[in-house]
Amino acid sequence: MTGDIAIRTEALSRYFGAVKAVDSVSLEIPKAQIYGFLGPNGSGKTTMIRTLCGLLTPTSGSAEVLGLKIPDDAEALRQRIGYMTQRFSLYEDLTVLENMRFFGEVFDMEPARIDARIAALLEDYDLGALKDRQARAMSGGQRQRLALAVATLHEPELLFLDEPTSAVDPENRRDFWESLFALVERGTTILVSTHYMDEAERCHGLAILDKGTLVAVGTPDALMDDIKAQVLTIETAEPASAKRAVQDLPGVLSIAQLGQRLHVLLDPQTEEPVRHVEEALASRSVAAQVTQVRASIEDVFVMATRGKTRRQRGRATGEAA
Amino acid sequence: MKSWRRTKAIAIKEVLQLSRDRLTFGMIIGIPIIQLLLFGFAINQDVRHISAGVADLAGTSASRSLVSAVEATQVLDVNVHVRTGDELEDLLRVGRISVGIYIPPDFERRITRGDKTAADLLVDASDPVILGQVQALRLMPFNLRKAPGLDFTKSPGPFEIRAFYNPERRTEVQIVPGLIGVILTLTMVLFTAIAIVRERELGNMEMLITTPVRSHELMIGKILPYIVIGLIQVAIILGLGYTVFRVPIVGTLSDIFLGSMLFICASLTLGLLISSFAKSQFQAFQLTLFIFLPSILLSGFMFPFDGMPRWAQVVAEVLPLTHFLRIIRGVILRGATLIEMWPEVLALITFFIVAMTIAVLRFTKRLD
Repeated sequence: MTGDIAIRTEALSRYFGAVKAVDSVSLEIPKAQIYGFLGPNGSGKTTMIRTLCGLLTPTSGSAEVLGLKIPDDAEALRQRIGYMTQRFSLYEDLTVLENMRFFGEVFDMEPARIDARIAALLEDYDLGALKDRQARAMSGGQRQRLALAVATLHEPELLFLDEPTSAVDPENRRDFWESLFALVERGTTILVSTHYMDEAERCHGLAILDKGTLVAVGTPDALMDDIKAQVLTIETAEPASAKRAVQDLPGVLSIAQLGQRLHVLLDPQTEEPVRHVEEALASRSVAAQVTQVRASIEDVFVMATRGKTRRQRGRATGEAA
Repeated sequence: MKSWRRTKAIAIKEVLQLSRDRLTFGMIIGIPIIQLLLFGFAINQDVRHISAGVADLAGTSASRSLVSAVEATQVLDVNVHVRTGDELEDLLRVGRISVGIYIPPDFERRITRGDKTAADLLVDASDPVILGQVQALRLMPFNLRKAPGLDFTKSPGPFEIRAFYNPERRTEVQIVPGLIGVILTLTMVLFTAIAIVRERELGNMEMLITTPVRSHELMIGKILPYIVIGLIQVAIILGLGYTVFRVPIVGTLSDIFLGSMLFICASLTLGLLISSFAKSQFQAFQLTLFIFLPSILLSGFMFPFDGMPRWAQVVAEVLPLTHFLRIIRGVILRGATLIEMWPEVLALITFFIVAMTIAVLRFTKRLD
């Protein structure tokens, strides 16, 4: 069983003074998958990744990464992991080739292997034309490709990516995710943190973090299916009036406006939710079209990070994949 | 009015930030205090307790009274007694003493005949301040008449001064070798002090510490290129000193560069140590200055080491520049060899090893 698990944490905590950046997180992350940490800023994603890389000492709890105890065996782990920091951390005043060579040498790679890997990566990540350009003169998308190339240069078994696409346009983001799937196909395990819902949905497994605690775990599909809410869409020409009509209805958990649409989460106990809402709208004479839809990852996220449901996080952890 | 309010807001914000930046705050208070103390106490042109040696070839009670009369002035401290003038010159060359008192066998006859001075003062003139002080000693009306057999009324005086190593008494001869040390201190310490903090500030460090690179590899890799840069600086200063200022180079070039390299390593390591304490490049710069000031003031570069009070000498012994100045002046001006100056060489090596060990131990591959 251990053979299929890349990362296992037990009640892992990391405090900074009184701030509980990571608070008693227990997780199992399977190998050869893209596993996502979804959470708002300050939810503990970066602290979690840094702790798993051995850069931060846990305050309590334990973590095992690729079968190695963290932080005791962190030095042995370093050869086997790649880490792409949230902020661009390669040398801006070195060229693409110089950066790649430097990290290849620091990772004790044979010169011939460095050359072969560089040639392959320049091709894979479309950096050939930029190979003599200094990193500071490159665009966000180009830098990100370079950072991924360097992080995978020594062919690590496990790759940590901390909000890798935050400085990248949508098209580059899509290409970037294609590269990640290619890596997973070759057996690499990828742990990626993000606050983009569409990216979270592409992960094989997902852990939702909020204020340092784990609030939901599972595959995106399972999380969407098991959501403890019914989801309605209200299409209307008067979204503001519609919102006023619906917001105080019993059972309404959350309302979000998306242009001319309202996205409503309702308590699962509510019977005939569509009629329930339609009646409320009609009583205020708001013309609207109400339909029940499938929950999205964003709905899962909203439900998981709501103050009330956070108290029940014990259940969410119990569902660990 | 609005402008004033904004200005005031900025000023208050600066004060708040300053009061929270302990190091800068400490510098604001510390630098003037330290400077005042150093200038006020340490820098004493009225140099006393210059280390001296005696070769008393006369060995009479009169010659002994002369030596004790000289000691009584407190200008010279007689630390060494040797038997020949050659031994005295050796001590002078390696820097053990700055002044040698040579009393010839015919000391008493010279006094009574009164045709020449009775004894010689051998002075390391590469430090003009010491030379000046010794000249004052010759004219000093020290209480010789009380001592039996020391009546110089007929003779031209007790001493003739023989200035060694810088007979023309040019200050640049003294300054240029010292400048090698001062310039290296500033540049070498600053380079490495900033180098590591810079990586931390730019975020490179987070990536670097997730690689298998070891602390000591990082430290040594950082200083290697600067050793070469430092040696180039030495060559430039030495070349200019020789051609423009006509500073004589008595010692061997290999000793000069080897000695300089030891000092460069010690200074670079000091920089690494600073960078392990500094949280920003600005702090690193401040700390470098904090080391630089006492270095130029206490090392003997500006003012003779012997003239400083005991506490300042103790502080100065910790600074690499103090030891390097002794080496480089000894080698360049007096032709001493590194082997002869082994205590200073050992001091630099010790500093390098201790500082490097602390720097490596303080640098953890962790972010916490």
